[in-house]
Amino acid sequence: MKMKDKVQPDRRAFLSTAAMTATALAAGVVLRTVAQAEPRSEAADDSVRYGMLIDTNRCAEGCDACVQACNRENGLDLQEKPEGAEDGKWALQKAQWIRKVQVQDNLTGKRTNLPLMCQHCEHPPCVDVCPTGASFKRADGIVLVDRHICIGCRYCMMACPYKARSFIHQVVEKKLTQTPRGKGCVESCNLCVHRRDNGIESTACADACAAEGHQAILFGDLKDPNSPLVKALERIASRQLREDLALNTGVRYAGV
Amino acid sequence: MANALVRGCLISASLAWALSAQAAGGSFVVPGSKAASEKSCVEPTAFMRRNHMEVIEHQRDETVHSGIRATKHSLAGCIQCHVSRDSNGTPIPVDRPDQFCGACHRYMAVRPDCFGCHATVPTSAALPRQPQGETN
Amino acid sequence: MKRIVYREWKLAPQRYWGLLAILGIIAAIGGLASWYMEHHGHWVTGMTNQVIWGTPHVFAVFLIVAASGALNIASIGTVFGRKIYQPLGRLSSLLAVALLIGGLLVLVLDLGRPDRLIVAMTTYNFRSIFAWNIFLYTGFILLVIAYLASMMDRKLRCYYKPFGFFAFIWRLILTTGTGSIFGFIVARQAYDTAILAPLFIAMSFLYGLAIFLLVLLFAADQDQRPVGQAILNRLKNLLGIFAATVLFFVLIYFITKLYKAKNYELVYFYLLGGGHYTLIFWLGWILLGLLAPLGMVFHPVLGQERRWIVTASFLVILGGLASIYVIIIGGQAFPMSIFPGKTVLTSDFYGSIAAYAPSLPELLLGIGGFATALLITAVGIRVLQFLPESLADEEIDPHFSVKT
Repeated sequence: MKMKDKVQPDRRAFLSTAAMTATALAAGVVLRTVAQAEPRSEAADDSVRYGMLIDTNRCAEGCDACVQACNRENGLDLQEKPEGAEDGKWALQKAQWIRKVQVQDNLTGKRTNLPLMCQHCEHPPCVDVCPTGASFKRADGIVLVDRHICIGCRYCMMACPYKARSFIHQVVEKKLTQTPRGKGCVESCNLCVHRRDNGIESTACADACAAEGHQAILFGDLKDPNSPLVKALERIASRQLREDLALNTGVRYAGV
Repeated sequence: MANALVRGCLISASLAWALSAQAAGGSFVVPGSKAASEKSCVEPTAFMRRNHMEVIEHQRDETVHSGIRATKHSLAGCIQCHVSRDSNGTPIPVDRPDQFCGACHRYMAVRPDCFGCHATVPTSAALPRQPQGETN
Repeated sequence: MKRIVYREWKLAPQRYWGLLAILGIIAAIGGLASWYMEHHGHWVTGMTNQVIWGTPHVFAVFLIVAASGALNIASIGTVFGRKIYQPLGRLSSLLAVALLIGGLLVLVLDLGRPDRLIVAMTTYNFRSIFAWNIFLYTGFILLVIAYLASMMDRKLRCYYKPFGFFAFIWRLILTTGTGSIFGFIVARQAYDTAILAPLFIAMSFLYGLAIFLLVLLFAADQDQRPVGQAILNRLKNLLGIFAATVLFFVLIYFITKLYKAKNYELVYFYLLGGGHYTLIFWLGWILLGLLAPLGMVFHPVLGQERRWIVTASFLVILGGLASIYVIIIGGQAFPMSIFPGKTVLTSDFYGSIAAYAPSLPELLLGIGGFATALLITAVGIRVLQFLPESLADEEIDPHFSVKT
């Protein structure tokens, strides 16, 4: 199979690709996109690790701006309920990347609101169990699914400790260029990977949360000591969900 | 035996026809698409006719696994360039039987696996900061 | 002891073709059901993003587990040198291959993209137990076919022992692999324990033997071939021992789980408060699937009667399906503990027992897998010499002596 050779390009492969691209540009070959911004032609590398801090103290009850924004950004709102599907079941069958959850402490009764999505683990169980390697972790820490080799076995969904993944149960008519989607494959939050590759420094959910004035979601580079994310993590006590599994998640929660 | 002979003749005749059609250099791009105004595709036309799937498949792994999107071999780029529009300016899905991808694939009786998941018209909705014409 | 003569299944043609037609139609309906599911997408099934694996997986796992267990009869003859079991080796191996093919078919036809099977066969991630299983399953089929050849072809007779031994080891690894599909899932409390591997091995012994017993008795009856009390007694006693073994591992499973405070709710869910899962566990698995057959086969009078042995085998199979249902569906329905010490208030997705109702296409697909396995077996014993002419005591029992 062809996909094997380029799954994790080494530095040389990356350089040669970059060089080829540069040559192509210089030669003035017909190219719609004159890529001024570097990110589009650079391979993701492990000098960064993308992650988020979710400050649940700022997350408002009843607000689902992040969910709505995610749905719009990734075309999840374009999913149509198949004719004849039951409402209740369909709500559990359609793809959703972020879910709002409210939990109450059994002892103190304190209520906490938070968005729950793929935690982008350093050691993702979904990647371990995937028989074909379709579920994988990019060099920059983003966990995502290569739909081209996903066979739809759903073992990753069995293995995910956060129930973050969705199986596409229906034929998908409408989809966005930036988020391909089709029946029979699994998908989940990809930290707006198209934004990463286009050099946009935020996610749809973080933007929406900020626009609401809550700023509960902070996105950034966990490896950059000067990033607002790392600064915030230094300042505020936070933790990982299911810390017992030692997955070293990329998404951290404060106040849970 | 006779059947096999007839079948063989038919196959070679149709192959010859297909090849001669190609050799004649007939253009198959859909009028009104951006591609129609270009001299050639991102690679020489003859090369693309035979190898576009290899080219796209190679690019797809680069894009999905490494996030490299700025090359000329992206599927989104194909669609961007080859899509045609109706009189209202609405893009027509490229996999329709009379459109660029659909027409040839129907003729060759090969079902492309792309459009089960990929959009068949360029959509850049929900990403307002993305400049027009930029592809994913 | 005499030389064992094997003969093709000599059923009257109309009976034989009638049987094939019935099995063929059931299998075809299963095929249609899977086509329906694939055409529309999985929304037509009861499966959701919460209960990810449904009824097809219950049948598939049951058949795969039973497949390795069906080989056990041959193994006892070859590996442990019990002569009385050796005449059953051929049928045992055939049934093992047939059940595995039936189970795999169900598993594959339930994939989101069954058309990409070639991807699963060419692209591997060896950290995945699933990827290992692809090799374990195909290897099992090839190995058992070789084992069969060593039983059926005189020239290959010298390989009988090594092939038989190798196949026995392989089937143990295979069932370990199947159990580990669940055992390695750290996220879900019902799984995440190594005991699932030996539990699955015990279950495979039991379910494989039950199916083997039914197939053997049916095939022999149809063809008026005698089955002696000696072999029948051995097989039914084995059934009882295996049922007790499963019971033991179930007990250990719950004791292990109960030792950790974080699993109290899980054990409560299974044993007391899990609604129909609790009911299926106690009534289907424990009572009908294990205790009742145990009582039947070890009953001094009833245990000698063939119809009670048949009933016990049927119950074991029903209880087997119930056990896999409880493990697979129940294990997913139980909410994962993401926020220990907290109660999820608002979310229809987290914190509550997930709803699942099997849909007709799923059920038909699963039953289709069963029919396919039996179809392969029926054709096999018809065209090749799998069945011994007679299993009467004087033919096969090395310890046979005429009672005076």
